[in-house]
Amino acid sequence: MSLVLTEEQQMLRDSARGFLEDKSPISALRKLRDDQDEIGFSRALWSEMAEMGWAGIIIDEEHGGSGFGFVGAGVIAEEMGRTLSASPFLSTAIMGAAALNTFGAKAQQDEHLPAIAAGKRLISLAVDEQLKHNPNNISVRAEKSGNAFKISGEKTFVADGHVADKILVAARTAGAPDEEQGLTLFLVNGDAKGVDRQRTALIDSRGAAKLSFDSVEVTGDDVVGDVDNGRTVLDGVLNAGRIGLSAEMSGSAQAAFEMTVDYLKERKQFGQVIGSFQALQHRAAQLYSELELVKSVVLKALQDLDTNLNMALATASLAKAKAGAVAKLASQEAIQMHGGIGMTDEYDIGFFIKRIRVAQEMFGDSAYHADKIARLRGY
Amino acid sequence: MKDLEEFRASTKAWLGENCPEEMRDNNKEGELIFWGGRNRTFESDAQRVWFERMVEKGWTTPLWPKEYGGGGLSKEEGKILRQEMRAINARPPLGSFGIWMLGPALLEYGSEEQKRYFLPPISRGEIRWCQGYSEPNSGSDLASLQCKCEDMGDHWLVNGQKVWTSYADQCDWIFVLVRTDPKAAKHNGISFILLDMESEGVSTKPIKLISGKSPFCETFFDNVKVPKEHAPGVSSIVGEVNRGWDVAKSLLSHEREMIGTGADGAVALRGLGEVALEYLGRDKQGRLDEPLLRSKIAEAEIDGWAFLLTMERIKDEAKAGQGTGANASMLKYYGTEFNKRRYELFMDAAGSEGLEWESERSEDGKLAKDWLRTKGNSIEGGTSEVQLNIISKRILELPDA
Repeated sequence: MSLVLTEEQQMLRDSARGFLEDKSPISALRKLRDDQDEIGFSRALWSEMAEMGWAGIIIDEEHGGSGFGFVGAGVIAEEMGRTLSASPFLSTAIMGAAALNTFGAKAQQDEHLPAIAAGKRLISLAVDEQLKHNPNNISVRAEKSGNAFKISGEKTFVADGHVADKILVAARTAGAPDEEQGLTLFLVNGDAKGVDRQRTALIDSRGAAKLSFDSVEVTGDDVVGDVDNGRTVLDGVLNAGRIGLSAEMSGSAQAAFEMTVDYLKERKQFGQVIGSFQALQHRAAQLYSELELVKSVVLKALQDLDTNLNMALATASLAKAKAGAVAKLASQEAIQMHGGIGMTDEYDIGFFIKRIRVAQEMFGDSAYHADKIARLRGY
Repeated sequence: MKDLEEFRASTKAWLGENCPEEMRDNNKEGELIFWGGRNRTFESDAQRVWFERMVEKGWTTPLWPKEYGGGGLSKEEGKILRQEMRAINARPPLGSFGIWMLGPALLEYGSEEQKRYFLPPISRGEIRWCQGYSEPNSGSDLASLQCKCEDMGDHWLVNGQKVWTSYADQCDWIFVLVRTDPKAAKHNGISFILLDMESEGVSTKPIKLISGKSPFCETFFDNVKVPKEHAPGVSSIVGEVNRGWDVAKSLLSHEREMIGTGADGAVALRGLGEVALEYLGRDKQGRLDEPLLRSKIAEAEIDGWAFLLTMERIKDEAKAGQGTGANASMLKYYGTEFNKRRYELFMDAAGSEGLEWESERSEDGKLAKDWLRTKGNSIEGGTSEVQLNIISKRILELPDA
């Protein structure tokens, strides 16, 4: 497959850019933060995005989606990264939809996919339990009792977990915490009895939650995929999320970089624009080169996702490692090259370093994914 | 598409029949290149047979038009030929600066007579070319070059010195940047001239590098007479007199592409992790037994993979008409810096064995010599700093100081 966007995907990008610059510029995120918004995004805006076909971007038309696939989803995620738009796009339209679309039973697909596409159902994956992402160490247990399961334990860093209608919980149904197999994924009602949700205010002004489960009852109908064989489901959904975040970070890093280059052309010191100084020119040119690499790995990983969720196992780690590292660098350089004004809350550049910090940590930071690449390559 | 499938099938069959077994060993990082030239010698009969068969097909320069000795293939067909050659690990039948650099410049700037005169001998491996660009006082600031070329009516008279001329002592002809108008602004008085190395007054002297090898020479021109025309209608100057800088720039971008994409084959050939495991072994968990080196290697493999994908993306964009063409400097910068980083890690992994200069197990310091050679990658063809300047100015449009 050619590593370029098709004409249709380019049109999607152009329309997304226009929509987001108009409806959801960085000032919208600033307002959500200043209002201390309980949700962390605008439900009205999410409805509009759903009308544009974004909530159902990877869902087929039969289930009410727009069927653009993951490359289309990535194009939108990247544009959202540019404007730092807060929405449940990653948690629901990419990860929740991927889980049900690929691994859900027919009845689950018929029940949830149209509601997701309509923007009326939010889904969050609950996987992390420790400070660092480690999906190979899961302690939350689901004990079988008759036809039902009872889930107990705690999850953390669940994006949009405080408002999700359904939580996709990775729980252990067999084996010890550090065993790779023995996992099952359950779709649990956000307001089920025994679920306690605490919103955690994070530096990016968006919503995440700590969840605790106290003998929460679910049945076999709530299992996504097969009992004890949830590893494939979990890896697939995580890969989709990692690549979605990579696309978002690529957009954020590009936007921060463009703002910075513009600033270099305006700001004068010593009687000339600071962009004429070679010390800054070379740093900018190096960053430009790194950003070009990020674009390539993100597009490749998105294309792999469209072939097969687990086909993207290696490229998901490649994309997350590279995009995370470069986006971090871009956000740090942005502040340094802006100088004093970059440290002020009034200026927008500071929002980038905050969101990128969160996005690069979520579902594995660069070190996690570099380690994974090393393992996949046998060393 | 059907035509391409047929082309693939017939190419595969032809290569299967015509590429000798001994020529299917293209794995030693370009050391087996046959360079051609007046004094060409073949290391084996197989090499000669392979070369002659490919020449007959025009596949030493598959994309060049047939009338200039090329294969007349489309870009798609050229890609298929490369893939099928790679599939059987076939060596390139011929390599030369004529193919990689002068040929593309002539195709763009040469007159019809020049193309017909100079290109076929390049395709047939009869003439080996070298490049006279840098001078002792003109490195990064190439346009300040001083090598003098005077109009003597019926001929040009060249006086001066070039440096870093690759394999000048083994080459037949040279393309040289000379100053034809000393009074003009520095970019405007330069011409691109072609001359025979056997001309009276040309001499060369090899330069010994830190790697112990001598791939480069100094080249001296002492009252060298160059005819205005090498044959009727075939001017010795490419492009217009005093406008050679345009040709030089175009050619440099071919060179940058070549150096930058050199990392392509290299990355595919030997995985860093794989090589490090051979040297250092595993710990109890099965990981490379040097945790900090392991993480540096993983990061480098990620960047190498990302770089390969970037070359692929930029090629695909160009094919789809989306490219800007401005990325040659980015590829040159990143590719050469990456190659240096890769060899630093090979050296780290090899430990004291990598330090051996004369021993059988080190193949007489092969790794150390290759490592030292990579240090030139980010200098030749425009330093990394010059590439960063170009990116700043042409792509980011940052102003001059």
